[in-house]
Amino acid sequence: MNFRIISALVMRYLFLYSRSPMRLVELAFWPVVDLVVWGNVTVFIQKNTNPEFGSYVLFFLGGMILWDIMFRAQQGVAISFLEDVWTRNLLNIFVAPVRSSEYISATFIVGMLRILITAVVLSFISWFGYAFNVFQLSWWLIPFFLNLMLFGWSLGMISTALILRWGLAAESLAWAIPFFFQPVVAVFYRVEDMPAWSRPIAWCFPPTYIFEGMRDVMKSGTMNWDYLGYAAGLNILYLALAGWLFVWVLNLTRKRGLLTKFATQ
Amino acid sequence: MPPSPPDTREVILEAIDLTREFDGVKALDRFSFKLHRGEVLGLLGANGAGKTTAMNCLLGLTLPSSGELNAFGLPLQANRIKILQRANFSSAYTALPGNLLVWQNLLVFARIYGVPNPKKKIAELMELLEISHLSKRVTGQLSAGESTRVNLVKAFLNDPELLMLDEPTASLDPDIADKVRKVVRKVQRERNIAILYTSHNMRDIEEVCDRVIFLHKGKIVCEGTPADIIAQSSSDNLEDVFIKIARDGELLDEPKKDSAV
Repeated sequence: MNFRIISALVMRYLFLYSRSPMRLVELAFWPVVDLVVWGNVTVFIQKNTNPEFGSYVLFFLGGMILWDIMFRAQQGVAISFLEDVWTRNLLNIFVAPVRSSEYISATFIVGMLRILITAVVLSFISWFGYAFNVFQLSWWLIPFFLNLMLFGWSLGMISTALILRWGLAAESLAWAIPFFFQPVVAVFYRVEDMPAWSRPIAWCFPPTYIFEGMRDVMKSGTMNWDYLGYAAGLNILYLALAGWLFVWVLNLTRKRGLLTKFATQ
Repeated sequence: MPPSPPDTREVILEAIDLTREFDGVKALDRFSFKLHRGEVLGLLGANGAGKTTAMNCLLGLTLPSSGELNAFGLPLQANRIKILQRANFSSAYTALPGNLLVWQNLLVFARIYGVPNPKKKIAELMELLEISHLSKRVTGQLSAGESTRVNLVKAFLNDPELLMLDEPTASLDPDIADKVRKVVRKVQRERNIAILYTSHNMRDIEEVCDRVIFLHKGKIVCEGTPADIIAQSSSDNLEDVFIKIARDGELLDEPKKDSAV
């Protein structure tokens, strides 16, 4: 991998964001809307139920913030790719000496920057608006963020592969794919509260361990190390599978001659 | 007649029996050619003749069903990145990101190609193409002619030894098209670049290309210098040749059945 090429591709996205204030606004708009809705619901429940239950609803805010980290990581990869499709620049990239690994790495970095912006905005608003301090998760935040980011990248690569294969008809998947997982990865509720048949499915995905871990940390200040181990292990597996899928689909589109039709549509 | 001396010119790009099928239909059928250093080769044919497929295979965007492709003496698929570092491409049908400023787009590609002193290089090329004044303009707001010239700056950034130009003068007015042709020819001669050139504008071809290949249904039907082809076909100009081939699929008394080299 050539870091000069990765930095050139990242620079292109930075130019794009610097020239488009709406893209920057979009980074914060939906997370803030979600946070305000969930924050108000939390306040409402806290005021109208017994204090013990009230403290539990803070899990909603924690879940919502961490979910958004994963979603932004996925978007960083998928939307960066779509930016090239929308601007008809894909062909220029594919005929330049850019390896798929360099292209994907650049989208990962853009994903990280998007996460950083979103996380700062959400932490700030949740603290000042709802007295929810995301830093109560202390150092656990780092492995939480890392694991969710890795799974977001995997989903981003899968979304990109599907768009590569089916063209812009599959564009909506860039937004929809993370939400396929939301019901089963226990973002807002515990795995034990889910229907029995769905629990084994939940444990197949790294975010489940992270969201369960987050609730443990918020409740007792400690976390099950096994959760982190399982999440990291599964993330390596999903990243490898998603990377393989992306390269396989890219080669398939080359074999079938779909790439140019897709790149200039 | 004495045998012609062996061709000792350096081969930059070579296709050997290149075949590409789509659902059983051959878009390219045993297509073979050589492009030498410093030569401009025109790839011509009506819509659907196979030239876009050929260009896509040569760029590594589409894999051939069979056959061999080499550039700089190296197999293309196995050495794609190494080869693309020494080559470049410009097409009327692709664009640089429209919301970036012209200099931003060019700087990104200069970094991708590892151009030393990129700002100076960009300024020189923009001056050569007479578009220095566009540097701070938004790329998406350029006219077709301006956009084509910006794309050409991008294509010349890495001092390519091999350049593929896909209809570079499409949608340009005659004045700008003439300027583009002259600049391409000037840079090509100065730097001894091998160029593969596709166009539907026969004026382009006559003015720019040293040699042309006519494709019909994926096969080479004739090959030679524009003047030779016009003479052999008893036509007045290359446009008449193009029309004959597009309508009849053949030109000469004995059209070539196999691809020529």
